[in-house]
Amino acid sequence: MIDGPTRDDRRVSGDTRAVIETVVRIEFARVVGGLARYTGDVGVAEELAQDALVAALEQWPRTGTPPNPGAWLTTVGKRRAIDRYRRQRTLADKYGEIGRDLAEEVAASELEVDDAHRQIDDDILRLIFTACHPVLAAAARVALTLRMVGGLTTTEIARAHLVSEATIAQRIVRAKKTLAAAEVRFEVPIGDDRRVRLTSVLGVIYLIFNEGYSATAGDDWMRPELCVEAVRLGRMLVALMPEESEAHGLVALMEIQFSRVAARTGSNGEPILLLEQNRARWDRLLINRGFAALDRAVALGGQHRPYALQAEIAACHARAPRAEDTNWSRLASAYDVLAIVSPSPVVELNRAVAVSMAIGPQAGLDIVDTLLGDRTLAGYHLLPSVRGDLLGKLGRFEEAAVEFDRAATLTNNAREHELSMQRARDARALASRVNR
Amino acid sequence: MRFLGYTLGDESVPMPPPTPELMEEMGRFMEEATRAGVIVATGGIAPTSMGVKITLQDGEFTVVDGPFAEAKELIGGWALMETRDLDEAIEWTKRFLRVAGGGESRVRPVFGPE
Repeated sequence: MIDGPTRDDRRVSGDTRAVIETVVRIEFARVVGGLARYTGDVGVAEELAQDALVAALEQWPRTGTPPNPGAWLTTVGKRRAIDRYRRQRTLADKYGEIGRDLAEEVAASELEVDDAHRQIDDDILRLIFTACHPVLAAAARVALTLRMVGGLTTTEIARAHLVSEATIAQRIVRAKKTLAAAEVRFEVPIGDDRRVRLTSVLGVIYLIFNEGYSATAGDDWMRPELCVEAVRLGRMLVALMPEESEAHGLVALMEIQFSRVAARTGSNGEPILLLEQNRARWDRLLINRGFAALDRAVALGGQHRPYALQAEIAACHARAPRAEDTNWSRLASAYDVLAIVSPSPVVELNRAVAVSMAIGPQAGLDIVDTLLGDRTLAGYHLLPSVRGDLLGKLGRFEEAAVEFDRAATLTNNAREHELSMQRARDARALASRVNR
Repeated sequence: MRFLGYTLGDESVPMPPPTPELMEEMGRFMEEATRAGVIVATGGIAPTSMGVKITLQDGEFTVVDGPFAEAKELIGGWALMETRDLDEAIEWTKRFLRVAGGGESRVRPVFGPE
């Protein structure tokens, strides 16, 4: 049997740097989590994990990748922690004691490494909650989560966000300092705190998703690698917290939205609006995963919570084989509930669209017009965009064109700008045809 | 990126059924990979003796019952993986093979959704 020789040949002799980095990236969250449990400081833990990576790069090319690389890396990290604490012992006796405890513990588990799955799960969960701590600014939460839980390097995070590596590195350093200064405990919060903190975790994951799904800057409309990262984090989270309905709701929302990625852009990278997408290009596997996650959220009693409601809205679209098959009244009622549970001008704007489809453009426009004075929407390009659309449907093309012009000036995304300009041109063409 | 990982083998060489220990260990591994968000779909494939081959040539269909005589066939399991890159898919496949105790797996990129 003849096979392509190149990749096999390249890989048979020892593990390359890329292979080792891949293994470490896969194991990163559990290594940082395990080390943070021992040191009580995620910042220190992340540095120790980095040290362990360096050790792996030195040793694995000779020895091969160990059968349990996560445990190997954690053990090396623990030894480095002991070295550090011993050096600092003169500074504080407390450290010396921790160092002694660690030394005994590492010695006890030296080769038969700690592999209790529940402990690993718990460590990763604590890590997620710490990285998404409300004491941090949103951008810092995102960077820390991608770094420590996702295992991405600062270079990869910087590339995904189109900012310089130095910016991300600095953001992470500052975030670690903030956590240390606030004496944030490495734990999964309980009681009332848990609800608030979980909201932050879900918010961070959805923020990462959205930055990929509708890039707020740059030339590409989407950066799917961030969506993939967010979906993966979401799937991890529901495995760790299967009892949390909103985690399932968020996963359902992301899976269904992500199913449309291939259909959302045309051959030249231009955005295609939801109702104009070729639904054959929607990914059925992700849609079905989304439906299953939504069922779990509902079964846990979470159907009226914000992410599950948004997932239900996404599911309404996914259930319709063609745009004209959409159950708009079901969609509009989901928005009605969302507007009560989680009121915001953006939800209201989307509700206006659903109502316009369920009842008629004038009914939608009436809702939109109540939002015109809203300060939070003042710079939001979708307000004039939706208004332009509804005006166009009512035959008020000149007014529509003005709205699309406004939408074009308000977006920083090149693709979105072009789409609005095109819609303005189309509206003007219709206006002149009507006037002729 | 999506990859299909599947095992290849020679059906004519009899294989002992998996031990309960192996089944258990494999179950644990599959759970771990699923929890990590890597496996998005997975399944097992019946022997080719239960399969059918359908060909269309010069406008004529031929439908032939298995087994098929190819030296190596897709046997047993397959998993659709979602990973950041090929290196990650390779690493997870290595872990699978280590649990399986040996054998040959192939990893092929699957287009979409990105």
